[in-house]
Amino acid sequence: MKNIFKLSIGFLMAAVAFTSCNDQKSGQSGALRSSNAEKVYVAPGEHDSHYAFISGGYSGNLTVYGLPSGRMFKEIPVFSQFPTNGYGYSEETKPMLETSYGFIPWDDSHHPDISQTNGKLDGRWIFINGNNTPRIARISLTSFETEEIIEVPNSAGNHSSSFITENTEYVVAGTRFSVPIPQRDMAIKEYKGNFKGALSFISVDPEHGHMDIKFQVLMPGFNYDLSHPGRGKSHGWFFFTTYNTEEANTLLEVNASQNDKDFIAAINWKKIEEYVNNGGGTMMPANYAHNVYDEATHNATSTMKKEVRVVNPAEVPGAVYLLPTPKSPHGCDVDPTGEYIVGNGKLSANLTVHSFTKMLDAIENKKFDGDAYGIPILKFEDVLAGSVEQPGLGPLHTEFDGKGNAYTTFFISSEVVKWKLGTWEVIDRKPTYYSVGHLTIPGGNSREPFGKYMFAMNKITKDRYLPTGPEMEHSAQLYDISGDKMELILDFPTHGEPHYAAAIPAEIIKNNSRKIYRLAENQHAKKATSDADTKVVRDGKNVHVYMTMIRSHFSPDNIEGVKVGDKVFFHITNLEQDFDVPHGFAMIGANNAELLVTPGQTRTLTWEPKQVGVWPFYCTDFCSALHQEMQGYVRVSPANSNIELSWGLGEE
Amino acid sequence: MKTNLNYLFTVLLVVLFFNCKNNKEQQQVEPSNTTVETATDKRQGQAFIEDDGSAPNVLQIAIGSKDHTTLVAAVQAANLENALVNAGPLMVFAPTNEAFAALPEGTVENLLKPENKDALANILKHHVTPGNYSKDFLKKFKKLGQANNQSVTVEVKGDDVFIGGAKIIASVPAGNGIVHIVDKVILPN
Repeated sequence: MKNIFKLSIGFLMAAVAFTSCNDQKSGQSGALRSSNAEKVYVAPGEHDSHYAFISGGYSGNLTVYGLPSGRMFKEIPVFSQFPTNGYGYSEETKPMLETSYGFIPWDDSHHPDISQTNGKLDGRWIFINGNNTPRIARISLTSFETEEIIEVPNSAGNHSSSFITENTEYVVAGTRFSVPIPQRDMAIKEYKGNFKGALSFISVDPEHGHMDIKFQVLMPGFNYDLSHPGRGKSHGWFFFTTYNTEEANTLLEVNASQNDKDFIAAINWKKIEEYVNNGGGTMMPANYAHNVYDEATHNATSTMKKEVRVVNPAEVPGAVYLLPTPKSPHGCDVDPTGEYIVGNGKLSANLTVHSFTKMLDAIENKKFDGDAYGIPILKFEDVLAGSVEQPGLGPLHTEFDGKGNAYTTFFISSEVVKWKLGTWEVIDRKPTYYSVGHLTIPGGNSREPFGKYMFAMNKITKDRYLPTGPEMEHSAQLYDISGDKMELILDFPTHGEPHYAAAIPAEIIKNNSRKIYRLAENQHAKKATSDADTKVVRDGKNVHVYMTMIRSHFSPDNIEGVKVGDKVFFHITNLEQDFDVPHGFAMIGANNAELLVTPGQTRTLTWEPKQVGVWPFYCTDFCSALHQEMQGYVRVSPANSNIELSWGLGEE
Repeated sequence: MKTNLNYLFTVLLVVLFFNCKNNKEQQQVEPSNTTVETATDKRQGQAFIEDDGSAPNVLQIAIGSKDHTTLVAAVQAANLENALVNAGPLMVFAPTNEAFAALPEGTVENLLKPENKDALANILKHHVTPGNYSKDFLKKFKKLGQANNQSVTVEVKGDDVFIGGAKIIASVPAGNGIVHIVDKVILPN
């Protein structure tokens, strides 16, 4: 009995010990974790405070996320065909992907940047570069659709792009690979001294955003890696990191790492603009596509442009200088005041920071250290503001919080390091998971960053999520940077390979978001805005179907008289005038994609019937209670058939 | 028997409380943001992922070698594990235990002291190049830029390649680069 009593006490105490232990544990972690959870929790039906536009890298597109939740809202097709909505497949959008090389269904999209007014994000458009076939795209932040793509001639590996000057005067695109300009048949080993690197200044029409290449600066044959605009006091200048100043044409990992220092090229674009406005530069023959989407006609057109203005920097004194920067700098970032230009030598353990004021002084006092092809090289010591000593391994990119702090990513040591501008002291470091590339602070490339959140975009995921085979989506980490120390608050997967992202407080753009297209304003040449407009017209082998869609039928939905060998164009107008009621259109055996047609819009899908029979089509977007009834048939007869075209809806 | 039982329960309770304390500490460390390097930073990261499927990385190769126990101890003392498992590519010049032993007496012991962590890290990073080159390929170089921001010379004598004066005596390809085993510790300037 006594034993049992003691035993019971023992068990009781053990139970208490367990319980209190568990309590403590859950209490501790519960409280602390829930404060992180609260920071990222967006309750059902609530909205995120920020939009993040994350580049899709090899997806060629741009994804839209919410912060702090890390939820993905949309993938905007830009440079890649997108069967999900028919972008690049429909007749209206195919011209967007035309280039001087013909139709290209894909690209590698890199660095998004939001338009600015007076150095602040204005949220009108976002620009992004296609890296492989050099192009710049402009996406509307009203419709969230790609509105314009301009090809960049004389460029190859369009990497130091697409960054915006502080009044969106220009979107700037620098070439990574130098190439013969103009292109010609020549020996590769004659690269040095003969290849050129084109830095393109593309003007942006302040009203419509339309892009036009104002001039290209033909620089020495270095690799131009990244760039950023001056701002505030340095507005009017643009800065580009360079590597391979050795001008090697083979085994760059050895031969482009010989010089202890490469350069940051400082371009006084205002000076060159003035030179060009006074007739300076040379018009050279070129061939590049300019593709514009017109919201009124719902149609894109592609125009080939035949010349471009080029400028030899040696002919514009005082416009271009080279700032020596250690060891193949990658990131080139300018702080919100415009004073500091950070060059991250990816093979250097230190960060180099140049001073804009000292640069102007060095120019004024001609503190030169020779020249490269006639471009003055400034003395390193005379432009250096300071350096951050050994903050980590493999520095890549820097963003700013607007409170005097900078945040730099380190690829090899997998971390973000926070350091102070001016004193160059390291304030904090936090690991990333794993091997971080870019990072983003909302407004990070502007005079006024919104320094509440920072997110790191990592190249390697490994064990961060449930495994999904050898290929994983990349991981991003969101940090709260409102305090002295960065605080990791969320992991979220990203789509494709994000190279940079642009983020913006939601209130700047969310109220501008378009809900529908007005049917009354539809100027598509083959629209059908009522049942009376629907028809089927034969033009030789081409059959044009003027069709409407509304909950829950197509009109017409029975079509006869189509023959094998015809080419059928379904011009389909969505008659809905109700937010978020798109209809889809899919035709059996169509060799392209579906269409997703938003309210008030007209889209065209082409179908080449190859087999005799009666073939159905249907709506792919669950639109209504009678969605499954939204369907129709096309009768396809033999090529030599005499059956006349006929069509109808609801006729017995 | 009675006493034994009591004793057992006491032990049990002590163990439970002790575990409890440990749990508590671990829990506290994770969300703490007051120190630049928290304990969790040391134990998290790519170095600690279990992965039996991939080719071993440079760290795993060093850990698996009985001739490199001093190097591995040094890497751990300097908290450089994560830097060695990165995508890199990384070329590690791995001095053998014998090479470390050849240093003046007391050098290694001294470097392994916590207060000399930075000096140790500097020496170790002087043995790492961002790159992945075979011994033959290294003959194309005159020098290599090392992770500690200094450079080392590359010299070719006959078939032998010397890095900062240390001879490459064997090479092991890794999942994220290559390990060249060298016969000397390469000291930074």
